Amino acid sequence: MTTFADRPLEEQIAQWREYVRRRQALHGPDVEELEGHLREELAALTEAGLAGDEAFLVAVKRMGSLDALSREFARAHSERLWKQLVIAPDADRPANTAYTETLVVLGLAVAAALAVKVPALFGLRLSPHDEVPPFYFLNASLFVLPLLTIYFVWKRGSGVASSLWLVLPFAAAAVFANVFPFHNPGRLDNFPVGSDTRVLTVLHLPIALWLAVGFAYVGGRWFADGGRMNFVRFSGELAIYYVLIALGGGVFTGFTFMMFAAIGMKADWFVGGWLIPCGAAGAVIIGSWLVEAKQSVIENMAPVLTRLFTPLFTILLLAFLATMAWTGNPINVKREVLIGFDLLLTVVVGLVLYAASARDPQAPPDFFDGLQLLLVVSALVVDGVALWAIAARISEFGFTPNRVAALGENLILLVNLAWSAWLYACFLRQRGSFAALERWQIAYLPVYSVWAALVVVMFPPVFGYR
Amino acid sequence: MDMSKDLVAASATPLVLAILAEGDSYGYAIIKRVAELSGGHLQWTDGMLYPVLHRLERQGHVAAKWSASENGRRRKYYRITREGRAQLAAQRQQWKAVDGTLRGIWMQVCTV
Repeated sequence: MTTFADRPLEEQIAQWREYVRRRQALHGPDVEELEGHLREELAALTEAGLAGDEAFLVAVKRMGSLDALSREFARAHSERLWKQLVIAPDADRPANTAYTETLVVLGLAVAAALAVKVPALFGLRLSPHDEVPPFYFLNASLFVLPLLTIYFVWKRGSGVASSLWLVLPFAAAAVFANVFPFHNPGRLDNFPVGSDTRVLTVLHLPIALWLAVGFAYVGGRWFADGGRMNFVRFSGELAIYYVLIALGGGVFTGFTFMMFAAIGMKADWFVGGWLIPCGAAGAVIIGSWLVEAKQSVIENMAPVLTRLFTPLFTILLLAFLATMAWTGNPINVKREVLIGFDLLLTVVVGLVLYAASARDPQAPPDFFDGLQLLLVVSALVVDGVALWAIAARISEFGFTPNRVAALGENLILLVNLAWSAWLYACFLRQRGSFAALERWQIAYLPVYSVWAALVVVMFPPVFGYR
Repeated sequence: MDMSKDLVAASATPLVLAILAEGDSYGYAIIKRVAELSGGHLQWTDGMLYPVLHRLERQGHVAAKWSASENGRRRKYYRITREGRAQLAAQRQQWKAVDGTLRGIWMQVCTV
């Protein structure tokens, strides 16, 4: 790579560099690499007798069209696309205009909001004065997720015929959520849903169905182009948007109460029966659309949140272990402890997953990767101790659906983290690449949904609908 | 000979891996080597090599390192990894199968 004495040529190279830099799929080091190539080509051409400007023309032509080049770069580094969606839509597919998209989204959001009100036609009313019928909890995901799936099928331009099989999981979910004769022991722990297995169905059905949404999201390219990682990013980003919308909705609700109360009207039938349930359903669609339209929040949020909380959680876990070792206090196994440790592992897996999604897979290991390994290892130790205590309790008091579900989840997360720790260790010792860790995390995604589906389908009959 | 875009794209991975199996190299030198090996039949637009290299790096088939070149600027050198060699062997099997199949049918076409 040579620097040229030819001033105009250097200026042309500088101009070319500026022009290339504006491509958002190309990052600084890529531009540097391409510039190095251009300079070598120029050196060879000028040596062969071409004048500077002639050589420049030839070299740039040989480099190829920048549009095609940045598209290829974007494909090779699909995580960069996240912000800009540089992969230009295929020319042979008509672009869905923003206007049509707005209409489709509003239509689907209204449909989701109305779907929540359909059961009311059959006598299952939502009212602020009565308990919410269990039907709403069992079918919560079925009001919204099919519509969200339709949105992605439409948005990705997947053929209707090839997407038809996505009806299956939703149909199956509707059947399994509603046919089982769950026992109804009345109110249990203030959760108006009843039997343990029914609570488990309520909690696990959305997780199982989320995989179907994922298939629609990636538009049939589950294994290609980092589609699954993009789906992970989408999920995180949707959660952030949803919380933001919910906060706004809370303010809106407060004003609704206050203003109507000021003129002596009670708005609670509207808020409890319409505003909150319909808004909660519609917000999922609107939130997803916002994520699609403005894919930039997670790029800023996820790294910040993971970097903020990874050290804090590491300190918490180490402090916990040290205290336990120092005082010798055993873990007091109560009903909630197993679930609490499940949540802890979920948080740690989330930290690892989002750190991976936001990380440049080619960067060499740094201090933060060491910290992540420390976090994972200490979480494993803490969980091992807790599992030991819980196993003792189960052998004492026998199996209940809650314990088996919590134990299964614990094992699934434990396997994920144990192998992640191993891959992290390899990566830190420069024996493996970060890509291996990323691959492991995304390959593991279906496991969560498959387990959730098992809980929904198998647990009620196995445990006698308790 | 104008080779189809898909074929050029498909052969890029084994070709780059094979060249790196000869020894560590960098973008410009790899392009020159391709031109030399193919006698100019394989025409790549130069830039297209880099996304291929980056994808291989991401998949862990090659490793890259920036180091100084003989004239002072930084240059990104690529090295094939153990996984890359395994991948190369696998690709080689696949291409052999394709080649063998085509040969078989062409022999028949010729005799008919």
